[in-house]
Amino acid sequence: MKFTKTIMAGALAVMVGATPALADLVFPSLSYRTGPYAANGIPFADGYADYLTLVNERDGGIGGIKTQLLECETGYNTEKGVECYESTKGQGALIYQPLSTGITYQLIPKATADGIPVHSMGYGRTSAANGKVFEWIFNYPANYWDGASVIVNDIIKANGGDVKGKKIALVYHNSAYGKEPIRTLEELAKKHGYELSLLPVDHPGQEQKSQWLQIRRDRPDYVLMWGWGVMNAVAIQEAVNIRFNMENFYGIWWSGSENDVIPAGAGANGYKAATFHGVGADYPVFADIKKHVVDTGKAAGAGDQVGTVLYNRGMYAAMLAVEAARKAQEIAGKPDITAADMRNGMEALVIDQARMTELGLPGFGPEINVTCASHGGPGLGAIQQWDAAAKTWSLVSDFGPADRDVLDPLIAEDSEAFAKENNITPRPCS
Amino acid sequence: MSPDFLNFVEIVLNGLMAGVMYSLVALGFVLIFKASGIFNFAQGVMALFAALTLVGLQTGQVPFAHLINAILGSNVHHWGDGMNTFLAIFLTMGVMILLAWLVEKIVLKHLVNQEPIILFMATIGLAYFLEGLGDLMWGADIKTLDVGLPVGGSFWWEDLTREWAATGTEYYGMYIDVLDVSATLIALVLVIVLSLFSQYTATGRALRAVADDHQAAMSVGISLRTIWVIVWSIAGFVALVAGIMWGTKSGVQFSLSLIALKALPVLILGGFTSIPGAIIGGLIIGVGEKLAEAYIGPFFGGAIENWFAYMLALAFLLFRPQGLFGEKIIERI
Repeated sequence: MKFTKTIMAGALAVMVGATPALADLVFPSLSYRTGPYAANGIPFADGYADYLTLVNERDGGIGGIKTQLLECETGYNTEKGVECYESTKGQGALIYQPLSTGITYQLIPKATADGIPVHSMGYGRTSAANGKVFEWIFNYPANYWDGASVIVNDIIKANGGDVKGKKIALVYHNSAYGKEPIRTLEELAKKHGYELSLLPVDHPGQEQKSQWLQIRRDRPDYVLMWGWGVMNAVAIQEAVNIRFNMENFYGIWWSGSENDVIPAGAGANGYKAATFHGVGADYPVFADIKKHVVDTGKAAGAGDQVGTVLYNRGMYAAMLAVEAARKAQEIAGKPDITAADMRNGMEALVIDQARMTELGLPGFGPEINVTCASHGGPGLGAIQQWDAAAKTWSLVSDFGPADRDVLDPLIAEDSEAFAKENNITPRPCS
Repeated sequence: MSPDFLNFVEIVLNGLMAGVMYSLVALGFVLIFKASGIFNFAQGVMALFAALTLVGLQTGQVPFAHLINAILGSNVHHWGDGMNTFLAIFLTMGVMILLAWLVEKIVLKHLVNQEPIILFMATIGLAYFLEGLGDLMWGADIKTLDVGLPVGGSFWWEDLTREWAATGTEYYGMYIDVLDVSATLIALVLVIVLSLFSQYTATGRALRAVADDHQAAMSVGISLRTIWVIVWSIAGFVALVAGIMWGTKSGVQFSLSLIALKALPVLILGGFTSIPGAIIGGLIIGVGEKLAEAYIGPFFGGAIENWFAYMLALAFLLFRPQGLFGEKIIERI
């Protein structure tokens, strides 16, 4: 009898431990710490987790309520990502950040039906920026099309405003993610007169000899890359091998982490990538993370990733979620918010530089102003450049705007097509 | 010569050398299949595990550091500046031999006389286990592997071939990656050593005897279990070589295990039981996929080389189901 009681008590303890306390603000983290993309998934997941821990340890939570992280391993696999969503959505999930374009596409209809907001920050379906159609999906502060436009703007600036006749090659992951910028780059090519060539690379991208031999033959003036995981490192190494000018090689923000450039050594010096947030650890928030999270042994990882590009991005994603939850509490007039309240908070999110400074992140990212009609935020991006000797990234441009004249009609066209396919009547936004 | 023709030659040369890289992986599969009839699903992960171990030893990383720190609350990561590359390679080989011994002791010993599919399933389990063990031991971050092999395009070859183009044409010279040249030389040495070993040593003859007929070999006193340990050790060595070459190319990271996918069409084409088949198969696949990507790819929107390699291998199977050099098996009912 005593044994049975012990077993039951143990089982109860496990159940209680596995389920978030009802009053917690639950933030699921669809992470990938295993598999081919683990090297990128780990720092992002650590940054996300550490910021939530910081909020609990330093501030006592959000509005007095502790945050709870629900981490679920996806292995960057779309099916597993959907399973993670299904298994965690009933536990009070306030927001999903899928960290995968494939998973995001799957979650768009599911989360919309379930009434849980999805935040695909810098990835996912670009036209989700149209809040009139995608009520529950957000992709602020920037999306792939913004990234493509920001890179092209930098190239235009480097060429004194004229890129007519220049050759630009896009090396891309042969997937929904990699194909995202093509339409934008084609439209920008029509406007600015550059010649665009497309070079797809199949997953995982370990072997790219054919693509780089072609680049060597065609001699494009610039190469753009939409890659992920090992594809990035191999592409940068191949570019070094054919002695392509690294100053003219740009990656999107998912092709611009330390993991991508370090394997190529000194040859990667000068490689550029777009970004929508700051680089390095020279921000007051990191001192807080060290004091309240790393030094107290509460960090998700070993603490050695703090300040790296993907850690910073994970931390930034968590910060945006926390600020949206704060706004949601303010609108709802209560601290224990629901997913619907969270959506309202995201849609009314305003973060100016004064608030960024209060958060210990002065100048880390552009000001954010989300509205009912625009879930894409400011769409600003900057260019970061790799210094191989110092092993550091530094921003070499200010946060600049994308070409809204080209992008906004594309977003409207794509989102309206989505609305028509799915019988969605765009909601009015005053 | 016209630049178009020189471009064609460049694609063929690079295809041949890419093929050698595939052959390095395929060799490990062939060795184990030949001696034990097991299709070792874990060969790609063995290459990853060997490369992780090599970098870990080279850089002085403490194995299981995260686990130790989590349990003891310590903060250990490295035990020093690491060790000499040759010593690290030697010790990694020791680890691969230990792994071979453990695989035999814990997995294979209990599966003697089981159906091939059971053994295949066991290697799938082994692959997942090794991947997890590698993560736990050395961490999942990307590591730079430098064993002193040269990398990058050859200036000398570029300058030499530039003059081959007809005067007045725009030609930049032919590209060859010196790492691929090193891989070719290493593969050549590897095949020669493996051939000499199997032809002229008692152990090599025992390996061939087991490969020809398990039961006959056992009846003359050859220990099947010892042979399995030796074969898995050799496959571990081949995995280490493949891991070094691919790890130097792309850094050591967990998608390295996916290089096994590049070896499969090579095996289908070259046969599962032939070492020359693995080499010739690799060369044909390498050249075939590169030519296809360059000349047929544009009609399909590019990125056809992965599936084209399998198509090419399957086309060969129509004429030689056992592969180019595989043994024709005739079973009487």
